[in-house]
Amino acid sequence: MRTLSNTARRMLSAPYALWSLLFILAPMLFVVYYAFTDKSGAFSLDNIKGLTGYAGVFGRSVWYSVAATVICFIIAYPLALCLAGMRERTQRTLIMLIMLPMWMSFLIRTYAWLCLLQDQGIVNGVLERINLPRIHMINTPGAVILGMVYNYLPYMIVPLYNVLSKLDKSLLEASHDLGANSAQSLMRVTLPLSLPGIASGITMVFVPSISTFYISQKMSTNNISMIGDVIESQFITAYNYNMGAAISLVLMVLILVSMMVMRRFTDSDGEVVV
Amino acid sequence: MKKIFSVCLCLVITLLGFAACAPKEEDKIVRVLNLGEYIADGSDELMDVLAEFEKRTGISCEYSTVPNNEALYAKLKGGGVDYDVIVTSDYMLERMIDENMLQKLNYSKITNWGNIYDKYKKPSFDPRQQYTVPYNVGMVGLIYNSAKVTTPPTSWNALWNPQYAGKILMFNNPRDTFAIAQSLLGYSFNTTDRDEWTAAAQKIKDQKPVRYGFVDDEIFDKMQNNETYLAPWYAGDFYTMAEINPDLRFVYPKEGVNSFIDSFAILSDAKNVGAAHKFIDFMLEPDVALANAEYLCYASPNKTVVENTGYTWYEDEILYPSEGKYPKTEDFKNLPQDVLDLMNTLWDEVKR
Repeated sequence: MRTLSNTARRMLSAPYALWSLLFILAPMLFVVYYAFTDKSGAFSLDNIKGLTGYAGVFGRSVWYSVAATVICFIIAYPLALCLAGMRERTQRTLIMLIMLPMWMSFLIRTYAWLCLLQDQGIVNGVLERINLPRIHMINTPGAVILGMVYNYLPYMIVPLYNVLSKLDKSLLEASHDLGANSAQSLMRVTLPLSLPGIASGITMVFVPSISTFYISQKMSTNNISMIGDVIESQFITAYNYNMGAAISLVLMVLILVSMMVMRRFTDSDGEVVV
Repeated sequence: MKKIFSVCLCLVITLLGFAACAPKEEDKIVRVLNLGEYIADGSDELMDVLAEFEKRTGISCEYSTVPNNEALYAKLKGGGVDYDVIVTSDYMLERMIDENMLQKLNYSKITNWGNIYDKYKKPSFDPRQQYTVPYNVGMVGLIYNSAKVTTPPTSWNALWNPQYAGKILMFNNPRDTFAIAQSLLGYSFNTTDRDEWTAAAQKIKDQKPVRYGFVDDEIFDKMQNNETYLAPWYAGDFYTMAEINPDLRFVYPKEGVNSFIDSFAILSDAKNVGAAHKFIDFMLEPDVALANAEYLCYASPNKTVVENTGYTWYEDEILYPSEGKYPKTEDFKNLPQDVLDLMNTLWDEVKR
């Protein structure tokens, strides 16, 4: 790439620049425009003021997404560690199995969870068979968080696995030689070295979680709204583009902040800075 | 300079793409936008209405659906779509007529117009009968599971009964849900009094501890599998559910219910006006209307269906209540924009 002239490089990047301009920047400007205007198109701060009414939804979305991200991490890290320690062929097969559910639409998979968790669902049916009391699971915050964890878990596993499988084994041997036990090696060698993977895993789970819609609607039978659900209802049911755009703006800010926070843990080469 | 050239090139390509999609000939095709699951599709050994239309008229039909009236409106207003015929409910038709979204029909081209009962002509939303042709009529009522709800309910109050906590459903759309609270509180469904809307919203909020959730078509699953026991819904769909779960019963609550007329209309920017008239006319044909009425289980405004003794729901007490048993009803009217905005804000609040 070094040999490419500046013009050639610019030519090559032009399509991407154009794409970003048309399909990323322009829509964002529309969001800002709608957020600060009323139905007649005049400048207005009413939508922004109206956001205070949605504070509960924003708080809930952040809280559920943090919970989903933490749970994903707790499940994914040990799993990725195990995977990285296996034979290469096994690794490949298992990674494929982890990705396999994503070949199906997430709508169908979310519906499947409904069949499992309902009061008359499969899980409760089994519990009753073995003379255990039924549990009410559907329509609870737990069900919504479970839906997000299930859907976004692969996005946590894959980046963690990528980092851990490329970890230089000799560093671990060195730490053992220097007298560290397994726990110490994990905490002081493996974990710090895998920070870039952790950072991208967290971003890749947190961002879709906070902008989730549909999963929350189905898992709570429309009882628990997340930011994404409110945006959808503003655009589709209420036909209020302005309010919908104002709420989208908040979502964009939340995502931007979370990405900036995550960037602090990695520099441009994906190396650890802390 | 280069950038400007790239932008122009891109625009040209995009525009060419659109041009290629434009129809070449008028009236060889009709584009229909209907509500979901709202036409006989060939199952249950009934007519596949759209296929039959293409066969009889030689006009091809591009058919799409939306989940509800509000989504239909948003889709049309959002632009970038191209439809001729739509199906939607009374209050939404009134709004669309107000906003000049519909065109006047040529009733002389609708040869089966005489099949429609006079009582459904000149409805309040189209008082001079210029824009619409009725498709289905119906009322909302209360569906309950008689095996679980042992005292048959007669009031909407049953939906607040703590005895059935966690087994109660509501509509997942603001107008139908608020209407239930409004009938209980003795308000009109079309009130413009902001305090009355706020009180109705409070009533729905009070229901939260006993409510299972807000549903669209998921209601079928939930009621059929005993997952929930009580739900307000459209009378016609009750029969579809009761076929699977024979414990289900239906009642018109004494406080009053919403009655609706879903109708056909042609959009003002329709490209295939002739084909659109043919489509509407075809839908009023006795055999087509019968297939739809049998499949949808909604009440029909079509004489040839209602008076057909072979019709499954001939003189049915729920779909066609006799004079003395007719419930108290009110239709939805279009609401002023500020009331609609208030309703939508309150709706977000009750779902929070």
